[in-house]
Amino acid sequence: MKDISEDIAWAKINKDVLASLENPRKMFWAIVLVAFAMLTVGIGCEAYQYITGMGVANMDNPHVWGLYIASFIFWIGMSHSGTLLSAILHLMHADWRKPIYRFAEAMTTFSLMTAGLFVFVHLGRAWQVYYAIPYPNERGIWPNFQSPLLWDAMAIFTYLSSSILFLYVGMIPDLAICRDNMHPGWRKKLYTALSLGWEGTDRQWRNFRVTYLTIACFLIPLAVSVHSIVASDFALSQQPGWHITSFPPYFVAGALYSGCAAIITLFIILRYVFKFEEYMTMPILKKIVRLTFAIAMVWTYLNMIEMAAVWYGHDPVAKDTLLERMFGPYAPFWWSMIFCGSILPFIMAFKRFQTNIPVMFVVSLLLNLGMWLERWMIVSPTFAHGYYPWTFDHDQWPSFVQWGMVFGSFGWFTLLFMGFCKIFPSVSMYEVKEMVYHRSLATKAAAGKLATAGKGAH
Amino acid sequence: MSKRHLLALFNNFEEAAAVVKELRTTSISGFDSNKDMIMKSPIEHPEVEEVLGEKPVYVQFFTLGGALSGGLLAFSLIAGAQAVFFAQSKGGKPIVPFPPDFVLTYEMFILGGVYITILGFLICAGLPHRRSPLYSAKVSEDQIGILVKSDERAADTLKAIFTKHQALEIQEEAGK
Repeated sequence: MKDISEDIAWAKINKDVLASLENPRKMFWAIVLVAFAMLTVGIGCEAYQYITGMGVANMDNPHVWGLYIASFIFWIGMSHSGTLLSAILHLMHADWRKPIYRFAEAMTTFSLMTAGLFVFVHLGRAWQVYYAIPYPNERGIWPNFQSPLLWDAMAIFTYLSSSILFLYVGMIPDLAICRDNMHPGWRKKLYTALSLGWEGTDRQWRNFRVTYLTIACFLIPLAVSVHSIVASDFALSQQPGWHITSFPPYFVAGALYSGCAAIITLFIILRYVFKFEEYMTMPILKKIVRLTFAIAMVWTYLNMIEMAAVWYGHDPVAKDTLLERMFGPYAPFWWSMIFCGSILPFIMAFKRFQTNIPVMFVVSLLLNLGMWLERWMIVSPTFAHGYYPWTFDHDQWPSFVQWGMVFGSFGWFTLLFMGFCKIFPSVSMYEVKEMVYHRSLATKAAAGKLATAGKGAH
Repeated sequence: MSKRHLLALFNNFEEAAAVVKELRTTSISGFDSNKDMIMKSPIEHPEVEEVLGEKPVYVQFFTLGGALSGGLLAFSLIAGAQAVFFAQSKGGKPIVPFPPDFVLTYEMFILGGVYITILGFLICAGLPHRRSPLYSAKVSEDQIGILVKSDERAADTLKAIFTKHQALEIQEEAGK
């Protein structure tokens, strides 16, 4: 399996990545077109719901939370692997992250933006979203600081803004490369403004290094806290099936899982669309697949812990809700979740499939289908089968408006993500140079040719 | 005496490091290697930066200040808002409950830390700034630049050192 060549010329790295900003394959435009059509469906559904009222979503009592909240959790979860893995692998000096971390961080940012949309959509009265902001009303009453919903707003704002800054700071040296190489026009003006006059001086690099490392250190606990807080929306309530101590780690593992699966999907798409075969190599794919498999097993374990906690607990209603998920009207979806989330990943344990692109593409999509089903199976069955029999409602089914909005959210995310990759370098040029430089040094040192180390990299 | 700026471009870090070492060990009248020398490179290279001499980084102090301020601000805001209910009956519950307040304090601790770290980075790295006239796009590609400022009389000596170490190109700007 061929990895990135240590002898690759640095000028070639610039040329290849800059070419991705101008000449993607035609598939790029096909993806954009499909994503736009999906987004249009979502916008149409939102407009219909906005004009007609929340009733058209088929949300009622007891089904006050539906696909909107399930998708909100899904998108928050998807955001995790990008920044979290980028930060963790950066601290661990895992150099294979360098060609892929940029798009993973962009994935984080756009997933969070997509998740944020569902707050507005679910709210119905979108103009009252400011209730989530810590700001007193006209009677001097503040929001409830003890509510996980308020924590959510603060945590997501912190995570979103920090992720954007982390992505931006890491991109400054590459923006300077774009500035130096682009023809005059709006792009050059944009890169000139965003690169802040970066020249790669020793003073700039020194401060850059400390800043990037510091933000990475902040982002790891932040990412964990965000999904723990989202889990608290459920675990701190008294609803059957939600009031479980292991929910926060279960949510964090699920988030990492879906994020890793999404990285595999996007890796395969970007590799083809932007002709990054030389940078997004098979050994890197193999490492991500193995990591995803390991996280899949952690998720499976925590899923079993969650079920065991309910099964052996002394809460008959929670147990009844679990049985309802497994054998009631939601059974096909619950078992699909188990299949996609816990059984299918075993394909990734086989070496022959780890670098089989068509297989990994399909598997990564199915893993995320499983993760989306997981969120739906957390939210809806509990409402369908609550504490009191007179509140049971097993026949509720989300309307086309809810499905349309979920469908549209994937279009929105894809449009934002592909737009980013077309405007900004999705492979970090300076970090790939660092990677090949240090690898060539190590190779030459091993060969006893330290005296000439570094020259070949140019 | 009028100052002169020189930018020499090199093919690799070894040559650039050799120049920096020679400039730091050679006494050249009208040139201070501690203050008047800047290295420009396409990647970060701590080993070569060390050759330039000890140059402290202060970003972490901004981080500390930002994180502590963020956390304190959050806790003060929340506790202050909760204290509005001081006169009301709380049924035995604490007026300022620490466990839930800790969550928002923690988030603001991180938020303040990140924001002020970025501010510190911009201040310490001298960004944003106008590009200097002596700049080559080759530095962002694959070459290493050494930018020096000296008196007119030292320029020839510096150029000789650059040439000796196989400088690919020497740019010059006078009158500053």
